[in-house]
Amino acid sequence: MSRSAKAEAALALHRFGLGPRPGSIAAIEADPRGALIAELDRPAISEITAVDLPSSAKAFRTVTDAYARRQAKAITAKKEQDAKRRQMADASAMSERPAQGMGEMAEKIAAEAIPDPGRPIYLEEARRRVAAALGVEIGFVERLVWFWSNHFCVSADKIRSMSGAYEREAIRAHVLGRFSDLLLAAEGHPAMLFYLDQTISMGANSIAGINRTRGLNENLAREILELHTLGVRTGYSQEDVVGFANILTGWTLVPPGDNPEHGGEFTFNPRLHEPGPQRVLGKSYDDETVEQGRAVLRDLAVNPATATHIATKLARHFVADAPPPALVARMAKAFLDSGGDLKQVAKVMVSSDEAWAQPPAKLKRPGEWVIGMVRATGLTQADPARYTDGQVLLGEPLWRPPSPKGFPDDEASWIDGVGRRLDVANNFAERIAGRTDPQDVIETVLASQVSPEVIQAVSRAESRQQALVLLFMSAEFQRR
Amino acid sequence: MAFRHHLTTRRAALIGAGSLFAWSQMPRLARAEGRDPRMLVIVLRGALDGLGAVAPIGDPDWIGLRGDRALTLDGKPPALPLDGFFALNPAMPNLHRLYKAQHATIVHATATPYRERSHFDGQDVLESGLARPGGADTGWLNRALAELASDGRVDPRGSRVLGVGSVTPLVVRGRAPVLSWVPQKLLPANEDTQARLLDLYKHTDPRLAVALEARMRLASLGGTLTSDAAMPDNAPLSAPGMAGVRAYFAEAAGTAARFLAKPDGPRVGAIGFIGWDTHINEGAASGQLANLLGALDGALAAIETNMGDAWRETVVAVVTEFGRTARINGTNGTDHGTGTVALLAGGALRGGRVIADWPGLKQAQLYEERDLKPTTDLRAVLKGLLRDHLRVDERALANSVFPDSIGIAPMAGLVG
Repeated sequence: MSRSAKAEAALALHRFGLGPRPGSIAAIEADPRGALIAELDRPAISEITAVDLPSSAKAFRTVTDAYARRQAKAITAKKEQDAKRRQMADASAMSERPAQGMGEMAEKIAAEAIPDPGRPIYLEEARRRVAAALGVEIGFVERLVWFWSNHFCVSADKIRSMSGAYEREAIRAHVLGRFSDLLLAAEGHPAMLFYLDQTISMGANSIAGINRTRGLNENLAREILELHTLGVRTGYSQEDVVGFANILTGWTLVPPGDNPEHGGEFTFNPRLHEPGPQRVLGKSYDDETVEQGRAVLRDLAVNPATATHIATKLARHFVADAPPPALVARMAKAFLDSGGDLKQVAKVMVSSDEAWAQPPAKLKRPGEWVIGMVRATGLTQADPARYTDGQVLLGEPLWRPPSPKGFPDDEASWIDGVGRRLDVANNFAERIAGRTDPQDVIETVLASQVSPEVIQAVSRAESRQQALVLLFMSAEFQRR
Repeated sequence: MAFRHHLTTRRAALIGAGSLFAWSQMPRLARAEGRDPRMLVIVLRGALDGLGAVAPIGDPDWIGLRGDRALTLDGKPPALPLDGFFALNPAMPNLHRLYKAQHATIVHATATPYRERSHFDGQDVLESGLARPGGADTGWLNRALAELASDGRVDPRGSRVLGVGSVTPLVVRGRAPVLSWVPQKLLPANEDTQARLLDLYKHTDPRLAVALEARMRLASLGGTLTSDAAMPDNAPLSAPGMAGVRAYFAEAAGTAARFLAKPDGPRVGAIGFIGWDTHINEGAASGQLANLLGALDGALAAIETNMGDAWRETVVAVVTEFGRTARINGTNGTDHGTGTVALLAGGALRGGRVIADWPGLKQAQLYEERDLKPTTDLRAVLKGLLRDHLRVDERALANSVFPDSIGIAPMAGLVG
């Protein structure tokens, strides 16, 4: 390969990391591949120290409590309004007017009195996630966290209080461990159970199912097979979905209102669980406890179809929309040979020549591009509200994917958003132009690893702001 | 224009994320005939419960199937009668009015050729126009436009598809270039910066150049980029709820209609609305699905209003990837199914009809004993509209627009 050491380092930072910061290229140019692997081996690299952040269950209880208090307040406010109206009606001997609108007003009063704690929790989680992305030298492990968080996505639109904590608890803890552990942590997390409608699913012949009108919900079982493990069209049937859904009945959470210490935590409720053995993919699962579902997940985690599915998605995300088949095959083999050791799979990826031979043609997703832009200016903190609003505008709202499939990972889905990126770049450049010199970014951050056309466009720009916009919008910044 | 609703429910935000318009100038041939047809496609992502939208009240097994969640003419509120056998969800008075005025047609027990139950594969088939999922990178709407363009029947200045939304849906991807527009409130980069960036892309990255050019072209078309203010620092994430969804549907559809109505504007467009995956507490005459149908009904009304005189030359086709289970599931919702409805509206239709080869609702009549059995291929409906309304060549429809569909005859008599 004829790429210079600096170019190789720049590619490592853009393709596998979160983009160069001042000094990054110089720091890793001696051995870019080794630097990526070294980051994987740094202890606790994926974790966010979070002693002051609430656990998912605590966050869920906090928000549920606030809503309960708000409801109580609304009832009180409505009573007060009703009393006042009766007084007025008595005084003026008017006929009683319809109570329409009073309920809404009471709700408004209550909402103002008790603000929703969900948004500050969401923003604080976002702030810590952005700080982690800005503070790390390369960002390979952060990118893996983002990848797995999108693979096992939940949505803040359905369960905002838990969305950030879910990523910390279920994803970050396992991205460099075994896939089976990651799978069990994600599928058993209350946020996932809530997101994919599992919490209220019950077996038709369970105690609760016989006594009540509710029953089975297939959603989680189907998406585990289709999206999280085997992949679509890999041979499982509708019967497998139903069998697996029966097995997962009882996977739910402790009701938050009932238990001030454990509300919102995972629990296996045998009263909801469909009794008896179930078949999935031709195998009978006889255990009738939570272990029945765990056994299925462990089997799915080492299925060859899962290995291929995961290897393909990883290679597509990091390397190319159409990843080299040889790379995918090598990663799938590493997955199977190592029993799903995700650190090993990541190492095999960055050690493979195929992962480097591709030209930098992959369009960055909005989040990667935004963080790369901020890193290039040397900033290590960002306003979470501004960041999350920007992600909304760019079509990739944080922890709010359009469906359980997560955000797409191909150029066709994103390239038509280039106009919006231009507006975001323009907005950002306006704010930083006073203290960021575009020539300095080219020389010290990018080590001049940009095309002569970009250098010329930047030097001829009419203002610093315009120069920064052109630089951030250049193909060198958009593609990797 | 304030499109930046922040919606809290997952469903609501999906609607926002999925919105898009696509369009092109009208075919020259049609214009030469003195016609100026418009076509707007609305894709409902998540799988619409066709039986919850248009109920077969005349089927003897209907009540037994859905129980107290069956729409009926004496329900609360009562369903809206269509033809003695079918009745419309009461959340759709506008569609009912259009139906009575022969400006709406309903096709029931219809489906794409897809027979599995993955949303994502199902949407691939619906939008690609291919007979099976996998490997599709272009959509049937784009290919239909490309066919008209290759015949020289499209104004070359307008032979583009326009997408609104940050993520471009498959139905409008393809050879005909995509124009992308997303409503916004950011102060846009000035024209000089855009021109310089375009120059840079032309020398370094042709694909980015095409995307940027499309946006600049759109700005020159309709002045949608003169936004009012920079992004506020603390825009609330909290939601207007269902009112916001209704406003979003109406605003997105109404905006598309305003563009389509312009004398020199585009003639073909598409919008996607997401959120129809009603696994839990779907409701019936009221509730979740009825709320969404009400929002869709408002969108249809907004289209009719904003089209003005052009409404009589308009067809709106509302389609979805598949239906839902015939029975209610264990959580008062419905799971992924097969047969469903397609809703057509517009002054160009020969409407006031429910078109259905009704398969029945007895256990043995259901597809795999669980879903409404599809008896009409949705491609026949779409091919009929493309042939008779936009005048796309029938051979092209069978080969390139809906490949391998030679055996699926275009449905005749939908328009005119």
